[in-house]
Amino acid sequence: MTDSKNKVIELEKAVIRFAGDSGDGMQLTGSLFSDSTAFAGNDFATFPDYPSEIRAPQGTVSGVSGFQIHFGSNDIHTSGDQADVLVAMNPASLKANKNWMTNDAVIIVDNDAFTEKNIIKAGYENNPLTDGTLNGHLVVNAPIATLTKAAVSELDIDNKSAQKSKNMFALGMIFYMFNRSYEKTFTFFENKFKTKPLIVESNKLVLKAGYNFADTIEAFTNTFKIAPAKLNKGRYRNVTGNLATAWGLLAAAERSGLKLFIGSYPITPATEILQELAKHKQFSAVSFQAEDEIAGIVSTIGASFAGALPVTSTSGPGLSLKSEALGLAVMTELPLVVVNVQRGGPSTGLPTKSEQSDLYQALFGRNGEAPLIVMAASSSSDCFYSAFEAVKLSLEHMTPVILLTDGSLANGSEVFKIPKVNSLPKIKPPIAKANDADYKPYARDSKKLSRPWAIPGTEGLRHRIGGLEKENISGNVSHNPENHQLMSELRQEKVERVADFISSQTVEGDENADILVVSWGGTYGVMLTAVEQLLKEGYSIAFTHFKHIMPFPKNTEDILSKYKKILVCEINMGQFVNYLRMKFPKYDYGQYNKIQGLPFTVAELKKEFITLINE
Amino acid sequence: MENIIDTAKLVLTKKDFESDQMVKWCPGCGDHAILKSVENVFPELGIPKEDFVVVSGIGCSSRFPYYMNTYGIHGIHGRAAALATGIKIANPKLSVWMITGDGDSMAIGGNHFIHVARRNPDVNILLFNNKIYGLTKGQYSPTTPKGSKTKTSPQGSFETPFNPGELVMGARGKFFARVVDTNIKMMTRIFKEASEHHGASIVEILANCVIFNNKVHGLITGRDTKEDNQIFLEAGQPMIYGKEKDKGIILDGAQLKSVTIGENGITESDLMVHDPTTEDSGIHIMLANMAPPELPAAMGVIRSVKAPTIEDSVWASVEHEKQISPLKNVDDLLNSGSTWDID
Repeated sequence: MTDSKNKVIELEKAVIRFAGDSGDGMQLTGSLFSDSTAFAGNDFATFPDYPSEIRAPQGTVSGVSGFQIHFGSNDIHTSGDQADVLVAMNPASLKANKNWMTNDAVIIVDNDAFTEKNIIKAGYENNPLTDGTLNGHLVVNAPIATLTKAAVSELDIDNKSAQKSKNMFALGMIFYMFNRSYEKTFTFFENKFKTKPLIVESNKLVLKAGYNFADTIEAFTNTFKIAPAKLNKGRYRNVTGNLATAWGLLAAAERSGLKLFIGSYPITPATEILQELAKHKQFSAVSFQAEDEIAGIVSTIGASFAGALPVTSTSGPGLSLKSEALGLAVMTELPLVVVNVQRGGPSTGLPTKSEQSDLYQALFGRNGEAPLIVMAASSSSDCFYSAFEAVKLSLEHMTPVILLTDGSLANGSEVFKIPKVNSLPKIKPPIAKANDADYKPYARDSKKLSRPWAIPGTEGLRHRIGGLEKENISGNVSHNPENHQLMSELRQEKVERVADFISSQTVEGDENADILVVSWGGTYGVMLTAVEQLLKEGYSIAFTHFKHIMPFPKNTEDILSKYKKILVCEINMGQFVNYLRMKFPKYDYGQYNKIQGLPFTVAELKKEFITLINE
Repeated sequence: MENIIDTAKLVLTKKDFESDQMVKWCPGCGDHAILKSVENVFPELGIPKEDFVVVSGIGCSSRFPYYMNTYGIHGIHGRAAALATGIKIANPKLSVWMITGDGDSMAIGGNHFIHVARRNPDVNILLFNNKIYGLTKGQYSPTTPKGSKTKTSPQGSFETPFNPGELVMGARGKFFARVVDTNIKMMTRIFKEASEHHGASIVEILANCVIFNNKVHGLITGRDTKEDNQIFLEAGQPMIYGKEKDKGIILDGAQLKSVTIGENGITESDLMVHDPTTEDSGIHIMLANMAPPELPAAMGVIRSVKAPTIEDSVWASVEHEKQISPLKNVDDLLNSGSTWDID
């Protein structure tokens, strides 16, 4: 389909950002481009950036919704620092993204939307298309609204409905620019609007019109092509972190033979986990939308007592509400997986923005001595494996687990190599056998210190548990001072011993470097990209990324002890670095923090690392 | 040779449910009689002893699970309804009994209480209403009568109390009964009816706190006053009460009114006949709100309406989805939708 007039340039990678009003359909546009990117065989990662209001005032900067995709022929670990191509459906979208594109980015605008009213609404004093603001950029002016109307003039469709396809005009232009075929997208329209042939037709016409417009006006001196990525053999798909989390939980249910129960309350950005699990009752997975965060976790503890695979999902403020119940789960030593999708805090904070600031809360946010497992997923696709492992550890060690993900991972997507479920380890919870004469509620496994899980309905195992301190072994209520000391130590030791059952901490990059950069959770991709680029540029740097936080992998201190300088990077004010200082006080830690509701960029990390290397 | 069926396991007695733990309620506390009544009822229900689960929140009454030899979980303050709902949905074959008090369910757990009534899991909820916080030693609760002097209302409480029955029905609950802790026979009978009702059965027990709120229900439960101040409602029977069985309830306009049979031409046939099964809760709310001295307090099953339980709906949906879903396992799910192969 490439026009022979234009030269086709091979690129290694590119970043496109689609931006428009929150009702302009930018998320759909982005995801359709992602599908076509997958079909083209590129590796990619995406990130949506949208306001917390459903329809913020039209035409304003606060109402801009964006979707960014980074795709290439090599490993892609991030959704990209800055866009090489920006699609701006109105002046506000241009304004909102001025810092999110490269200095020579191509900008495609709907110049029909650049009316005086809209320009003022966006906060510009003059028309940015004509006042020189965009010098250095290739600006492609497309009268998208007008051409969309024209494209569907033959159809019996009113202009208001037709304008809903405007985003497809922009997509058509991008398809042309990147030499993409639109057949797959047409199939999508046919499936999505099965009962509305008129909508299918108008979307097709508008997309084609955009494609042909880009061709006809010779807007681009070149078009671009990105070779397929060299991925390992196998079947792939695109997943968001929340989807991967839900599927990891379902895979764990299958490998444990238990029925999944999720008791949860909708909260941004965790809601999709509950929604996805609600769809899969065919696997005997039960979802319960509770009346509040507290009932979400407490109903799940009830389900855990009754023998289900217990999951609750939430985000920061919701985790605060669950604190007391987490203590109950610690005390009753029942399994419980809490997925906390971190967002900007404190309080309501920045609900649609990402942060890593719930670490203290996860580690310490309970009354009493209440240890539990804390782990963090490192990428959108890793959410699958982290959720699976969280379940495995929780069930086999009879302890609550908090799995931290974040808004970036949850809503961002990346390419996921589909595993075979039976290649995942079996999960074997310590379920007590009927009429076991030796059964005691708080007798413990010698290696794990887990107590047996006696499920109501099982003959011969009647027992009582609860929030009051229990006597070791018998499980009777006890206020005995020595027993409380013993039980406190046992609960701590039980969680510490999980270190015997997790993988070792690894170092990437140049292991023999003087400098070690450290991160945890959702920043893995951007850290790795920065480190890989520096290595290519001839710098010496080592990198270690933590998934297991409580307990740490056993070789953690070995690693920390090897380096002259340690720099800990996090999207918060330094919670992990302070935890390291507490756990391993012998070492000096530098810290690099950012708390703007935004992910790290590769560029800023590289700059920081180089400064440290050159010090 | 005859087939001998071992029925020994099925025949249960009170002893099967008595725990070896010391019961630590105050001497004279109404809770002792409630425990005894529950121990009376459990063996009579035809349910294997392993299938009982007793659930509670926090408060004096919430120590209950420790005093029963069943599966039990003593939760956190106010949240027993959420625990019970989770247990029942996860494992519908269990007979779930939730023990709670007026602080636990009307104050800190008020939200969960209304939602458990609305969702209607088949859980039996025994609400010990002593109209005071006992475990924290005597502060007013959401059911304490307005004007009551307590440790935190030294000038008298300023607050309008809840009537639990009215709250249950306002939350569209399907079963509400009331009993007094002084009548083991009444409690035993009503707990059994609550158990047999398929859905959330809420039983308010007028319980006496001998230490901090002694005789708060005295007018209703007192030896000399109870017959004139209580009416036991029987389905299909006219509403008659009183020492002489000569008093009754009629609907006078839109109000309930106490009358005397034989006075002003009133005969038994003028009295209201109790029907706990009407979907409309209007009369049931009026009955739950009756209070001395004008009207007797209603005892027995005030409302009992059949409705699907949440767990029945959930598991029916699971079965249906199993039939119609093209996804038979998680591999199918992971491979569904848009995928691509790299060779």
